[in-house]
Amino acid sequence: MTPQDDRPASPATGDGAPHTRREAKDAARQEEVRLENAAETAGGELPPPVVPGTAAALGTGPAPDSTLMQRIMTGNALVAFLSVVLSLILGGLLIAVTDQNVARASSYFFSRPQDTLAAAWTAASGAYLALFQGSVLNFEGETFTRVIYPLTQTLTVATPLICAGLGVALAFRAGLFNIGAQGQILIGATFAGWIGFTLHLPAGIHLLLVILAGMVGGAVWAGLVGLLKARTGAHEVILTIMFNYIATNLVLYFLSTPAFQRPGSTNPISPQLDATALYPPLLGPAFRLHWGFVVAVLATVFVWWLLNRSTVGFELRAVGANASAARTAGVNVSKGYILAMAIAGALAGLAGVAQVSGTEKVLTSGVAASFGFDAITVALLGRSSPWGTFAAGILFGAFRAGGVAMQASTGTSIDIVLVVQSLIVLFIAAPPLVRALFRLPAPGAPRAGKGGSTTRTPASTGAAA
Amino acid sequence: MKNSLRKFSRGTGLSAAVLGVSALVLSGCGAPPAEESPSGGTGAEATTDYLGCIVSDSGGFDDRSFNQSSYEGLKKAETDLGIKINQAESQAETDFGPNVDQMVQAGCNLTVTVGFLLADTTKAAAEANVDSNFAIVDDNSIDLPNVKPIIYDTAQAAFLAGYAAAATSESGKVATYGGINIPTVTIFMDGFAEGVDYFNEETGGDVQLLGWDKESQNGTFVGNFEDAAAGKTNTQNFINEGADIIMPVAGPVGSGTLDAVIEANGAGKDVKAIWVDSDGYETAGKGEEFILTSVMKLMGDAVEDVISTDVEGNFDNTPYVGTLENGGVALAPFHDQEANVPADLQTKLDELKEQIISGDITVDSAASPK
Repeated sequence: MTPQDDRPASPATGDGAPHTRREAKDAARQEEVRLENAAETAGGELPPPVVPGTAAALGTGPAPDSTLMQRIMTGNALVAFLSVVLSLILGGLLIAVTDQNVARASSYFFSRPQDTLAAAWTAASGAYLALFQGSVLNFEGETFTRVIYPLTQTLTVATPLICAGLGVALAFRAGLFNIGAQGQILIGATFAGWIGFTLHLPAGIHLLLVILAGMVGGAVWAGLVGLLKARTGAHEVILTIMFNYIATNLVLYFLSTPAFQRPGSTNPISPQLDATALYPPLLGPAFRLHWGFVVAVLATVFVWWLLNRSTVGFELRAVGANASAARTAGVNVSKGYILAMAIAGALAGLAGVAQVSGTEKVLTSGVAASFGFDAITVALLGRSSPWGTFAAGILFGAFRAGGVAMQASTGTSIDIVLVVQSLIVLFIAAPPLVRALFRLPAPGAPRAGKGGSTTRTPASTGAAA
Repeated sequence: MKNSLRKFSRGTGLSAAVLGVSALVLSGCGAPPAEESPSGGTGAEATTDYLGCIVSDSGGFDDRSFNQSSYEGLKKAETDLGIKINQAESQAETDFGPNVDQMVQAGCNLTVTVGFLLADTTKAAAEANVDSNFAIVDDNSIDLPNVKPIIYDTAQAAFLAGYAAAATSESGKVATYGGINIPTVTIFMDGFAEGVDYFNEETGGDVQLLGWDKESQNGTFVGNFEDAAAGKTNTQNFINEGADIIMPVAGPVGSGTLDAVIEANGAGKDVKAIWVDSDGYETAGKGEEFILTSVMKLMGDAVEDVISTDVEGNFDNTPYVGTLENGGVALAPFHDQEANVPADLQTKLDELKEQIISGDITVDSAASPK
């Protein structure tokens, strides 16, 4: 596999950003053009830097633009879509194979094969129907509320995934592997929760303070990592992983102190947050969906603006593309690392706020579930672009919400959902496999006529920009 | 490159197909059942429309601890009472709300929620669905007409274990450690400490307890219920300090203790373990011969009991408190260790049990149900 084999979709992605920037008439224009040239000398027709430059140091690739991570994250949208489809098919097979009725029918497969096939179809289609009914629309609901309840549930679960996923994606774009979203969510949730149940303030101010505290908590926790990397050169992967452990045990410790426990109880569970500290329900009390989802949408818009329209975002991307070139061009790389991590942490902190102020209403050691790690997958599936991450967050929210219904109504293990999620990542990580299975040409290869154009849809280039 | 990949995928596809076909040939030759026989129905035929449900906490139904025994109670009710059952396993605390909601929507007559972490969720669901009944294991904070708390005065059985350990110990040192410092764990350790103290007072002995200080309510904890390696290290430390009987109160972490005990016995030491929650001689899966006894919380029976009362239409919200008297908690038999305990110990333990039941001895723990 040569680096060129997998050169991501286009020079178009490289061109797209400069065009829009040239149209913008802000004061930093001259500076940007200079930086842009610096970045482009590094990679020729390099697409926007969705890849940590440090990957080059870890991988064996000869040049920064051909690392494994880069190939993983610049695979086009079609590959991402096909990965989801493939995973669902494999998941369906797994459901069928593990089903008891199928096992019983297969013992006389040669006498009456249609029984086995019918049982397999019933098992897989039943499970996926339940998944759909649990995540989008429940046709069997008795009231309108119950019919659309699953959809709101999907958006509720997606909220923390989107926020934390944006944090991971932003750090990716600045060349940092942020594995620490889990710890950042926990610390953000701890800060936010403490303000929520300890202070008793009027409505409005209280919630605002809770949100702010959550963002500060996450930003400090991640900013420390950025600071350590900038000052000492310590690797952010090691740092963030270790900070996850510290955060987990710190929260456990806090919950063992009276300040974080309910009066008269020594259980490791905090008091409920004041009603003034909670996100109000977005669609009324019948649904769990809360205003945190609107905050997640705003966060997505903000990250899109930051990355594509602001000088700071441009500097971050320059650092991510090639730190040395960025430094030569006059970008303060240390500042970039700290800033990127702090913003990523603040976004993860928002996910923590969505948990304590939105759905859980209390602080426990499990308040972050596995959202911090799922966020990495979400960012990968979203190809590190803000709206891609948003869409991936909603997809994973649907899996999680639907998995609960699937388990309850068909008895299919919820682990199947985890398997499907993992398979998606596996396929995204191996774009050549997906292309081989679907007979797609490799991007960058000369157009072979039929089918070749499908990989160059506007959607794929747009999403990368 | 591309071609070789395709060849590769065709090659593996072919061999996978061959494998699959041969597997089918081997397994698919049975005779079909009669055409009209129904294909479903794994358990007993349901004889009532009653639907009993359960929601686990994040440990899952295979935790060899309270989720598992509660679930077994429900399964038993399915067989014995002919009810239908439904279950939802929580992977994380964030699943509690959706899972309980699913159960209510499924029309469950009674939903068993396992663990104090589900208390808030259960309370909210019970307030919103006054026609459904709930039972919550290991929590006594909810006071609603349709919620029955199921709790255990585990300290009573642990007291007996403490006494037995002190009477059996040859080194004069026994030890215990916990998973996390929470009431459902420390109640074991408190009872154990009281049993040791009682033995010392009664016989003028000086058996020491390592790993737990009842006064300060502090001691040795692993910090989770997963890390069996840490359980092994803790146990080895206790053995090095001279302890010869160790009681882990940490769910699956206890298997680390068994590993350490097996190793120590292999090295010529005489060390024993005390299991908790279920009879370790039957459930632990290894080192049975070194398990002195077990402090049992018989949750399955309580769950089945609550369901059968509800099926009969006699549900009430009085907390079920498992005690030595009603058999909700108990000390397991000595099994293989019968020969190693003092001759009159079993008689003595039976006496103590009677005294606890009659109230002559009160076992006191900060975590005891009030």
